[in-house]
Amino acid sequence: MLDATTKEIKERTSGGVINPAKTCQPIGAMYAALGIHGCLPHSHGSQGCCSFHRMHLTRHFRDPIMASTSSFTEGASVFGGGANLKTAIKTIFQVYNPDLIAVHTTCLTETIGDDIPNLIKTAEIPEGKKVIHTNTPSYVGSHVTGFSNMTRSMVNYFSEATTSLKKEQVNIIPGFVNPGDMREIKRIAKLMKAPFIMFPDTSGVVDSPMTGEFQMFPKGGTTQAELTDAGNSKLTIALGRFASSDAAEQLDKKCKVPTATLKTPIGIKATDDLVMALRQAFVTEVPYELEEERGQLVDIMTDTHFHFHGKKVAIFGDPDIVTGMTELVMSLGMKPVHILTGTPGGAPGSTVGSFGEDIKELVGMAGIDANIKAAGDLFTLHQWIKNEPVDLLIGNTYGKFIARAEDIPFVRVGFPVLDRSVHSYMPIVGYRGAMRLVEMISGALLDRQDRDAADEDFELVM
Amino acid sequence: MAITEAQLEEILAKYPSKLQKNRKKHIIINNQECGAQTIEANTRTAPGIITNRGCAYAGCKGVVLGPLKDMVHITHGPIGCAYYTWGTRRNKARTEDLAQNFINYAVSTDMQESDIVFGGEKKLAKVIDEVVENFHPKAITVSATCPVGLIGDDINAVAKAAEERHGIPVLAFSCEGYKGVSQSAGHHIANNGLMDKVIGAGTMEKANGKYPINLLGEYNIGGDGWEVERILTDIGYDIVAVMTGDGSYEDLKNAHVSELNLVQCHRSINYIAEMLEVKYGTPWLKVNFIGVQSTIETLRNMAEYFGDPALKARTEEVIAREVARIEPMMEQYKKVCEGKTAFCFVGGSRGHHYQGLFGELGIDTVLAGYEFAHRDDYEGRQVLPDIKTDADSKNIPELHVNQDPNRFKLKLSPEKMAELKDRIPLSYYAGMYVDMKEGTIMVDDLNHYETEEFIKLLKPDIFASGIKDKYVVQKMGIPAKQIHSYDYSGPYAGFNGAVNFARDVSMGFASPTWNFIVPPWKEEPLLTGKVNAEGVA
Repeated sequence: MLDATTKEIKERTSGGVINPAKTCQPIGAMYAALGIHGCLPHSHGSQGCCSFHRMHLTRHFRDPIMASTSSFTEGASVFGGGANLKTAIKTIFQVYNPDLIAVHTTCLTETIGDDIPNLIKTAEIPEGKKVIHTNTPSYVGSHVTGFSNMTRSMVNYFSEATTSLKKEQVNIIPGFVNPGDMREIKRIAKLMKAPFIMFPDTSGVVDSPMTGEFQMFPKGGTTQAELTDAGNSKLTIALGRFASSDAAEQLDKKCKVPTATLKTPIGIKATDDLVMALRQAFVTEVPYELEEERGQLVDIMTDTHFHFHGKKVAIFGDPDIVTGMTELVMSLGMKPVHILTGTPGGAPGSTVGSFGEDIKELVGMAGIDANIKAAGDLFTLHQWIKNEPVDLLIGNTYGKFIARAEDIPFVRVGFPVLDRSVHSYMPIVGYRGAMRLVEMISGALLDRQDRDAADEDFELVM
Repeated sequence: MAITEAQLEEILAKYPSKLQKNRKKHIIINNQECGAQTIEANTRTAPGIITNRGCAYAGCKGVVLGPLKDMVHITHGPIGCAYYTWGTRRNKARTEDLAQNFINYAVSTDMQESDIVFGGEKKLAKVIDEVVENFHPKAITVSATCPVGLIGDDINAVAKAAEERHGIPVLAFSCEGYKGVSQSAGHHIANNGLMDKVIGAGTMEKANGKYPINLLGEYNIGGDGWEVERILTDIGYDIVAVMTGDGSYEDLKNAHVSELNLVQCHRSINYIAEMLEVKYGTPWLKVNFIGVQSTIETLRNMAEYFGDPALKARTEEVIAREVARIEPMMEQYKKVCEGKTAFCFVGGSRGHHYQGLFGELGIDTVLAGYEFAHRDDYEGRQVLPDIKTDADSKNIPELHVNQDPNRFKLKLSPEKMAELKDRIPLSYYAGMYVDMKEGTIMVDDLNHYETEEFIKLLKPDIFASGIKDKYVVQKMGIPAKQIHSYDYSGPYAGFNGAVNFARDVSMGFASPTWNFIVPPWKEEPLLTGKVNAEGVA
């Protein structure tokens, strides 16, 4: 497996990628757009883009992912895709009848410079329907950037400050996470008695139930009214700087809604931060139910700490998820020694630090000297592991090749997970999500210990 | 159950008027009494339509080049295109030299904004250098994505210079996603490049074994190619090269020595098959290893071509042994499948091939079609002279080859060729249409809306298609079978494959999970109980 990868690291300066740890913007925009109720994402580019993104999202969620394409031809690439987009908008409303269409661009249409807002203005849009857009040049950032851009566009197109006083409600931007995570964050907000608007919200869309009937536009998703009302909230909590802070900052700029940017609530510390932010914003006591969950989590972590302590870990994936996972494994006493994301390090337009600095500071608190890289690839990660072996690998499905090559226990977290199911329904966020992660990690480590044990060392109780 | 023209009109009525007329030409209700019916294919999908189609890059790098295991395939473009063609098609490969198997690697130039503005040629050259330094492959391919053609990067010049620097072949493919109307354009572009630069580049003049053949259009999805190889090797064929599943640059360059080219997927590889015939005088045989009967027929046709009584006898021996072995297994599955109906909408050849296998299981295909095929794949190659080129097909360069002055050799006399052509599909493909029953429907580029409507009308028991519509269909309570990636199972080709397919399809029907869709409280009223003397429950 991956036998062409050498231990010797030859410096690569081309900027090319071998075995990517990211994909391109449009898929993130498509996923975010699915989090608006009644929305059909539309890919303005060649057919292949839309097909690839639908394929990958479908394989991750194992649910229908509906999206349309401008079906570019060579002619459109030369003369511009205006006619394609206008035809598409007309056909989509007539044939599929969504409440709105969310257009995102591709490297093709960004390169030729199609002016999407002007094209939308001249398109035939039926009464009561809406078309929004975001620019997602595939040659900038990553799929996380695309998610962030579409989420910011929701603010641009919808959010309005219409009340003189801000409402007692909070906007929660969950970031590029699974619907299972979004449901868990909403549950926590409800327990905290915090009225909230979550956007985007793909729960009820890409985890829709089997009823014997196909619904092109399932029950879930943030409504347009909610997106508009987000401008009246008294606070926005952006979870995950890379996926969520741009939209939050835009809300502040456009509607004067102050922002709190927190980590994606993976692990006890980041979840505490979310709970504390809600507690402070709504001056409300933390209910016993949450306190009990937290106590259970600490109990589990303490009871099993000897399974984890001192074990070396390699973590890769999307920056917000990797940050959360790094903090979580550290809270278990593990040592994250290789930490890598494929996404470029600084959130575009954001003034807050960089991935490299953030992670360095985080692991520095435990005195760990780790290999850290943004805009990295899995070829690099594999070579790091060959040079400094680890006890555990955490990342998306693409990590399985390295895990097999180096015979390392592997825990699948993040996007995409293509070779296991149910993950998108189950949270990794919140106290209960952390319990699940602890179970997954200890399961992987102990299964390995069992596998490797000699008969006389094979234990009943561990 | 057939549908009427009126019902079809009703479905199409939802479309804008221009699109109505367009889609009507892509849908045929099979009525062979009225003579040959014409279908429109390989033309543009209307913008906004939710189509299953992909792009030229997907057809070139994703389908044809990707499976070649000992070459490093570089995608020149932003990251997504390389990412989505990395391990997603299940084209398996193994090599003796483990360090020369690049099937699990994805290499991209990961173009950034500055590359779009200032050009990406230098970056591409550097990436090629790093690939050579790290992997030492025997050959490299470079596939272009949309922006490459738009900004005018000359990938051919970069490849040529790299060839000179490194002394290995570096092949450039201008398969920008916007070319043509589907993956099909990319197949053609890949075929041209492989024919032009690889096939015939080897020094072999004669094959090592008896009955040397190439297997074209077999991509080893789920190990299909390995099952076919098992059977062919058992009979005594010498497989020179497979295009391209588990294929290699090493084998491909000597593909000119074969005596017969087998064509499994006509759509994606017929260009090479034709060119091999012109250049080396080697005919091709349309084969079909999907289904027991199709496999048997294919094996007999191959033996017929070589005409050797010993080969024919060995062929019958293997057939008899294999059939005796698998028949009891097939029987148990037939009981589950008998009397059911299917939709079969796949790619450019499987939409046809799987109908036979469904039929063997007692499943009638009531609607079939291709995602990106041409008219000849539906109607047969006799329509080729009638197919008009349009603006989109003109953009794909035709490669014209000539007889190789040293290596051209007629494998059969013209008389023998003519005689055989009467009996076996030699250098001919009859298409899907002739195998479909009266009243069945043929749909080209079936889209989401039509899928829903046809399902409502025809209520098939199983839907054979791809991942993008799989869960749409299953939400309706109908099992959906991925025929692109086999739902991560396989092989489905050959004798063992037929059993696997029968097992998997039966599983789809027999799974208890379908029984739970309706919750019990939806079937029972909330208030039940007896009325007692006081009238209270």
